[in-house]
Amino acid sequence: MPDAATLYGLLGIVLAGLGAHAAIVQRDSIRRLLAINVMGVGVFLVLIATAYFGPNQDPDPIPHALVLTGIVVAVAATALALALLRAFERSDDE
Amino acid sequence: MKAGALLYLDLIMVILMLVLAIGALHARSLRHAVILFIVFGLVVALAWARLRAPDIALAEAAIGSGLAGALLLAALRDRRPGDDATRRAPVWQSVAVGGLVTALVVLLAWAFLEVQGGRANEPLANIVQATLHESGVSNPVTAVLLNFRAYDTLLELTVLLAALLGVMSLGPQRSPMRAAEPMAAGLIGWLIPLLILAGGYLLWVGAHAPGGAFQAGALLAAAAVLAHLGGRREFQLPGHTRLRLLAVAGCAVFTLVGVSTLLGSGVLLQLPSDWAGGLILLIELFATASIATALFLVYLGGHPPSWNSREVHPDA
Repeated sequence: MPDAATLYGLLGIVLAGLGAHAAIVQRDSIRRLLAINVMGVGVFLVLIATAYFGPNQDPDPIPHALVLTGIVVAVAATALALALLRAFERSDDE
Repeated sequence: MKAGALLYLDLIMVILMLVLAIGALHARSLRHAVILFIVFGLVVALAWARLRAPDIALAEAAIGSGLAGALLLAALRDRRPGDDATRRAPVWQSVAVGGLVTALVVLLAWAFLEVQGGRANEPLANIVQATLHESGVSNPVTAVLLNFRAYDTLLELTVLLAALLGVMSLGPQRSPMRAAEPMAAGLIGWLIPLLILAGGYLLWVGAHAPGGAFQAGALLAAAAVLAHLGGRREFQLPGHTRLRLLAVAGCAVFTLVGVSTLLGSGVLLQLPSDWAGGLILLIELFATASIATALFLVYLGGHPPSWNSREVHPDA
């Protein structure tokens, strides 16, 4: 029977794969951004899974701090990408 | 028995996350895809709580799902009617990419299982536990973020500032929303003070329990987004000088603390253990203000009229 860390870690890898596939296959920019965000969640899951040592033991706080940083950077990058897309579309209109 | 029940919960969560992710990636309508992504983020927040990462659960619910979802939904408004969001690569490309990605996933899974099998007790985690009493806080995640690895967090605030400046320089903000209907406006009036209160609480409690500057900043930004969505005229952004000061305050105070420790002890960002608690709170206070400002301003999708002192209001 797999333990939780293995289960969620493998889920993270599958999510990163699904995200990578969609980021390449989809042609719409916002869909690609969504796909990259799903990939990011997959990577975060792998990191947090390696920090988990079972229900009765304290987890490793270092990957936790890394992922916290990662979530904020991911949303900042998404916002910048969306603003860039909007600027592109505006310049297409002119 | 308890472990068995937990395993069922895990299986349900895993299947739910897979289904929601596939929905978010391939739903026919882009609006459905974005909404499924928001739901996906909320389930992921539950997974963080399940994996004993409550700090991340809070951040994911507020930032990864909440603010990212609000950003994406707002971006949908900008789309022109002719944009086709359902265009995909031809089937043979899709299959080829699928094969390559599957191979990569199998390889990664194999590597992950190898590492997972041979994993000993984490030496770094033990160092954190052993030196936690010198960090000035008792929440190990806050200790890592603002003391042991403060350098990373300073750079992260800089990344946030850089993204903010990028968005601000790309053009004016989206046209404001119409004013909310009375029911929604009343609800927003109730929610905003609660969000501000919860933000202050999370900032304070981060020293010894899950919480901290990022979660607090995200809640304050959410309050600002709500006020903006409700179109309430009594909520105005500060003028351009104060707005810019708010945006750089986190980086500036953090850097000042770092430089003073460099002058005092010769090591950048080496907080003296007697003062560490107070210094961490000081940094977090200003970081919260900057994070909230940055997250709200990037949500606007461009600079607000008050960002530039000389600019004429674009809607005027």
